[in-house]
Amino acid sequence: MEDNGGAPSNLLDDAVGALAGRFVAVEDSVETSAAFVLHHLLKRALSPLSPTVVLFVSFAHPFSHYDRILRKLGCNLAAQRDNKRFFFFDMLMWEYQGERIRDEEKTRGDGLVALYGEIQKLISDLPEERKNSVTIMIDDVSLMEVAAKGSTNLVLDFLHYCHTLTSELGCSLVALNHGDIYSSTERPTLILQMEYLAGILIKAEPLATGLAKDVHGQLTVLNRGDGQGSRYKLCNFHFKVKENNVEYFFPGSRS
Amino acid sequence: MPDIKFHSFLSTFFLGSSRLDCYSDPLGWKDGFSLETSNVASSCKNVKDVHKLLSTIIELGQGLVGQGKVRFSAAIDSVSEMVRHASVSSVSGLLSNLRSHDQVSSIFWLLHSDLHEDRVTAAFEYLSTMVASVEPLNQFGNGQRSNMNTFPLLEQSFAKGKFHVRFKRRNGRVRVACEEVRVEQSDVNFTSVSSDNGMINEGLIPKVQFNLQLSEKERLDRASVVLPFEHQGNGKPIQIYDGRRSLTNTKDEMTSVSTGKSETNDSSKGEIIYFRDSEDEMPDSDEDPDYDLDI
Repeated sequence: MEDNGGAPSNLLDDAVGALAGRFVAVEDSVETSAAFVLHHLLKRALSPLSPTVVLFVSFAHPFSHYDRILRKLGCNLAAQRDNKRFFFFDMLMWEYQGERIRDEEKTRGDGLVALYGEIQKLISDLPEERKNSVTIMIDDVSLMEVAAKGSTNLVLDFLHYCHTLTSELGCSLVALNHGDIYSSTERPTLILQMEYLAGILIKAEPLATGLAKDVHGQLTVLNRGDGQGSRYKLCNFHFKVKENNVEYFFPGSRS
Repeated sequence: MPDIKFHSFLSTFFLGSSRLDCYSDPLGWKDGFSLETSNVASSCKNVKDVHKLLSTIIELGQGLVGQGKVRFSAAIDSVSEMVRHASVSSVSGLLSNLRSHDQVSSIFWLLHSDLHEDRVTAAFEYLSTMVASVEPLNQFGNGQRSNMNTFPLLEQSFAKGKFHVRFKRRNGRVRVACEEVRVEQSDVNFTSVSSDNGMINEGLIPKVQFNLQLSEKERLDRASVVLPFEHQGNGKPIQIYDGRRSLTNTKDEMTSVSTGKSETNDSSKGEIIYFRDSEDEMPDSDEDPDYDLDI
């Protein structure tokens, strides 16, 4: 079943396939931002023909930023928010209060544990027909790590718990991280752990030949298959980000 | 790292037909939040408590096989996750304790070596009698993470890999084996390592204007060179041109050569007794030339 809301499918949608129950890890760098991938998946999830509810956790930008961008793509986030299809968690001012190792009870009240609790409660409070089509989006994991005062483990725990929602409730999870932040680290644990956890990995990179006017970069999508017969699929194609949409095309196929 | 998942338990212990679920709620975050309770009989809500974990595993195992002579195996997916929540020493302790328990016949665990420091991986390898590792078929020479410039190799590496096994036998000997592993739809196939991996060699040999390797003819020529002190004299002393006289020497200038057999020579003259002690080594071989130095 095509769940991209009836819009003509493009290379990215074909490569990603159905999102239900999957964890999509999106990786980018300063040279090639993959924010457009998040925006595209957001628009796709909120299309009129799809029943999906989106829970958007933002550590990077305020609501107005996404509202403005999605408007250009033809999606009204404010209206979706009013219709209870779009829930925005503004985490920009959130700061981890520090680890309280002894008293387990107290840690529940704050931090990522509490955020997870809110997400879980929100999902369980949804009407039945919407419970099974929830998409959780995180922008972005590296800023989550900063807000958690560098506690990689806490971030991974949070991602793990969100992952349990994908397997238990069929939610989909989309998280963005920046690969180049970890490039000087000997062992980039956070990125690697995300890659291990992800069923779909979307990587945005610059072209090997450098900057170009007509091509902004290349996307590689590794789709590990949902474990129920479909095999892994690896796709690579180019993209160009325009004002109101993004073009995806195979190298050399544009006239 | 090839994407080879033999099972997709994700942090559960699989005990025969019994499962200890450490995936759904490893830290007890879900306690108090309403969610449909899972049907799994046993779940762990605090993976940081390694002692409790150990006793739960043993309890579950004994629950399966009873208290008698029957033993159980334990599988852990994965130790990499465990080490995120507890120290390496406590996790090693759990494995050692399990291993030495009378009713545990075998344990197998998964570790993602790229997530840990070498010493952590080494610590778990020391504990094990067998280490099986899966590596990409094509190792990138400078250790860089794969990127799109290596796309054709990347595509290959997701379905295939090299499977290395190292076992320690009871008698102390170590056996090493290597195969190629290929993941099919619902199957995993092992074949012996193919020698047509030209791609591997391409990656390792630098591209320069001159030839760094010997051609077949060169190899044969090299093998047929007779070394100076290894002339087969047929029992007769050999004449060696020592560079200072003309070749028509008087007899008392001759040096005789022995190839290791005893020869009746004029013992007042110098002799060169040459024993070849090791095979010819290729240039730039990795072998330490001093390895047999006996000081």
